[in-house]
Amino acid sequence: MPDPDPPSARSDHPGEPRPEAKVWIRPIEAADLDQVIAIDAEASGIKKVDYWYEIFHRYGARGQRQRFFLVAEGKGAIQGFIIGEVRDWEFRLPPCGWVFGIAVRRDARLGGVGSALLAAIVDCFRRAGVDKVRTLTVRDDNLMLSFFRSQGMMAAPSIPLELDMG
Amino acid sequence: MKLQTSTMLALYSVLEAASQPGKQVSASEIAERYGVSAHHLAKVLRELGRAGLVDSSRGVGGGYRFSGNARRLTLMDVIERFEDIGARSPEPGAAHTDLGLAIARVLSEIDEIAKATFRSITIDTLLKLVDRERHARASASTPAPETRD
Repeated sequence: MPDPDPPSARSDHPGEPRPEAKVWIRPIEAADLDQVIAIDAEASGIKKVDYWYEIFHRYGARGQRQRFFLVAEGKGAIQGFIIGEVRDWEFRLPPCGWVFGIAVRRDARLGGVGSALLAAIVDCFRRAGVDKVRTLTVRDDNLMLSFFRSQGMMAAPSIPLELDMG
Repeated sequence: MKLQTSTMLALYSVLEAASQPGKQVSASEIAERYGVSAHHLAKVLRELGRAGLVDSSRGVGGGYRFSGNARRLTLMDVIERFEDIGARSPEPGAAHTDLGLAIARVLSEIDEIAKATFRSITIDTLLKLVDRERHARASASTPAPETRD
């Protein structure tokens, strides 16, 4: 998960400054994958080794113009990652950047790592020629929603729907 | 989800105070700005005080000061003090009809989205939105510099 402050009604530390993240954002390498899998497992509670090898295969290859898999490295370890791609003309929507995965190591949260990762992938999207970034989160994942809101994201013109196929 | 006048006043009051951290905000100024009675606003501010979201001081130069944490306090935290936001039930007359249940389900869906939105927006995030929109309006109203060929 990224690094917003978990919302609550009161705090005894009003207005604490947000530290600048001291991380280096770069494309993922094969050697980073075990740490990425661990960070995701810490956030989601599920270790998905096969899934991450597949994602790495599809998004981690160098030289892709529309797919981005970035990691934040600091203190000699991977502190977080973000994945996204440019999606073209989904349901008549003009091409846009799409973030579908972001997580930050639990003990690195509240340090600006999530913000740095999002800013980096936004730069990638901009260079790929789009001027809008979208994402999709689970409605009751308040931590994630608050993070994206804190970054200035607003409701998109799409509504997610699902069908229970029984 | 339609918010009551007291709830909207609470949001305005918290945001006004939080936008000027450490400063006293005059209740009469808030009442005048939003066109409400000072009496109504006083009741709202008392509730915000009980919730620990504002501190008040009396006398010359007195007023209200934001005492929460703008980066943690969400719009929902304020709204919950003034609204019953429990699960929606069908209208009493339609409570046991298929149509009543189906419409209640759709309305609940809308409420859940509204609640998730309120829960995800902190006071700090909303104040940043105010700044962005203010800058956007200022940029839009500034004429582009003339260029000469």
